[in-house]
Amino acid sequence: MRQIIEVKNLRKEFPAKGKDAIAVDGISFGIERGSITGLLGPNGAGKTTTIQMMLDIITPTSGEIRIFGKNMRKNREEILGKVNFSSPYVSMPYNLTVWENLATFARLYGVSDLRGKISGLARQFEIEDLLPKKTSALSTGQMTRLSMVKSLLNDPKLLLLDEPTSSLDPDIADKTRKLLKKIQKERGITILYTSHNMAEIEELCDRIIFLQKGRIVDDGTPKQIIEKYGRKDLNEVFLHIARS
Amino acid sequence: MKFHRINALLIRHLYLYRRSLPRVMDIFYWPVMELLVWGFLSVWLQNTDFVGEFNMVSVLLGALIFWNFLTQSQKSVSVAFLEDVWERNLLNVFVTPLKPSEFLTSTAILGAVRILLVAIVMGALAALLYSFDVFQFGILIIPFVINLLIFGWTIGVLIIGILLRYGTQAQILAFGLIVLFQPLSAVFYPVSALPSFLQSIALALPSAHVFEGMRAVLQGDFPFTTLGYAFLTNAIYLVFALWFFYMMFSRAKKRGLLLKLE
Repeated sequence: MRQIIEVKNLRKEFPAKGKDAIAVDGISFGIERGSITGLLGPNGAGKTTTIQMMLDIITPTSGEIRIFGKNMRKNREEILGKVNFSSPYVSMPYNLTVWENLATFARLYGVSDLRGKISGLARQFEIEDLLPKKTSALSTGQMTRLSMVKSLLNDPKLLLLDEPTSSLDPDIADKTRKLLKKIQKERGITILYTSHNMAEIEELCDRIIFLQKGRIVDDGTPKQIIEKYGRKDLNEVFLHIARS
Repeated sequence: MKFHRINALLIRHLYLYRRSLPRVMDIFYWPVMELLVWGFLSVWLQNTDFVGEFNMVSVLLGALIFWNFLTQSQKSVSVAFLEDVWERNLLNVFVTPLKPSEFLTSTAILGAVRILLVAIVMGALAALLYSFDVFQFGILIIPFVINLLIFGWTIGVLIIGILLRYGTQAQILAFGLIVLFQPLSAVFYPVSALPSFLQSIALALPSAHVFEGMRAVLQGDFPFTTLGYAFLTNAIYLVFALWFFYMMFSRAKKRGLLLKLE
């Protein structure tokens, strides 16, 4: 099985006054095992809705999501055990220490070597000294790194990252990208990545899928897409697509 | 002093009160509930000839301790859910393989632990300060306590369903809804002390049967029928609360509300 994610005719309508709002409009795509794919598009394009449907947090109106060859909704428990997610817009209990938070999630995922796993990942993401601290004491950047550590606790085969570096300073963001790339290569994790930082997408992603108004408007490698639109970089392509 | 500045602040408060259920409840709900409970108790004490049959310290202190069992059980469920909402952690929790049933089971166990702690602390203090022996109820009281645990948990699950439907604007229910049941549960007085139209409502509540049962146990009886009614009404409400919770959870997923609850 080469394709780890198969999305077929996925559609999501949200009830709205007058007429239902279409967030995702019948998209289909596949994601290959071990790749990093960027899901791009302006605000309201349907990126986050698509990711949340993959996590079974939002129920699709129609269409099908298959992950690891299995229907997501029918095999939720099994699939979510091998998937993880990180977003700076989701938080963790502030009154717990960093270690307590990570231990909670490690237990939820049934991680066997809880201490070893947390220590190893904390070392890699340079938050080892934060483990005994209250989560409320963390800066935004530290919180993002904590979220990244949480997302790797269960050795996921698939990682869904929603703007993971959006609140990091350039130095930490660069370190995080390099570390992600390293971990992805070492473990062969498949990553689906959303970001508004086009340079980051060019650096990290093997492939990008452009969404606009809930539809896929383009799909290819960063180089192919830049050439296709005759622009100097992905940022210009983004502006062109978003404004067209 | 300038009246327009005072007026500006008063109008600002008026804006807040118009949209804030907790503020309105502060003015009307809590005082009315207290008035009802203490009013029914006072009228009953004044009119009854039965007071002599009871050890009033046991009735009132026992009732207070048992009432706390109910509130602790309810809060363990609804506040556990609210904490994840307040801390924007709900998505993190529900993208793990965790099932809603496992989430609810953990809160039920937490409720049982909280009840045990309440029993130890309040029982010890009541013994120390008022020579109240919590063990005077004997093991016969245990099935009634189990009913309180179930009813509190049921109300908690119902509140989560309401929170999933209306969001955190309904969060005051996690602290306030249970108080609505207090005058009707006949915690400190018998159901017969209530006006007749409220008696039929009270008898539809498992908690009223529990407190009636508690008083009977104190008199040396074991009211099987009362206990049976408590279990029966509990079963009905529990099934309804679980159905409502799963309906609202499914609705929240369809509408993408799990992330927007805070």
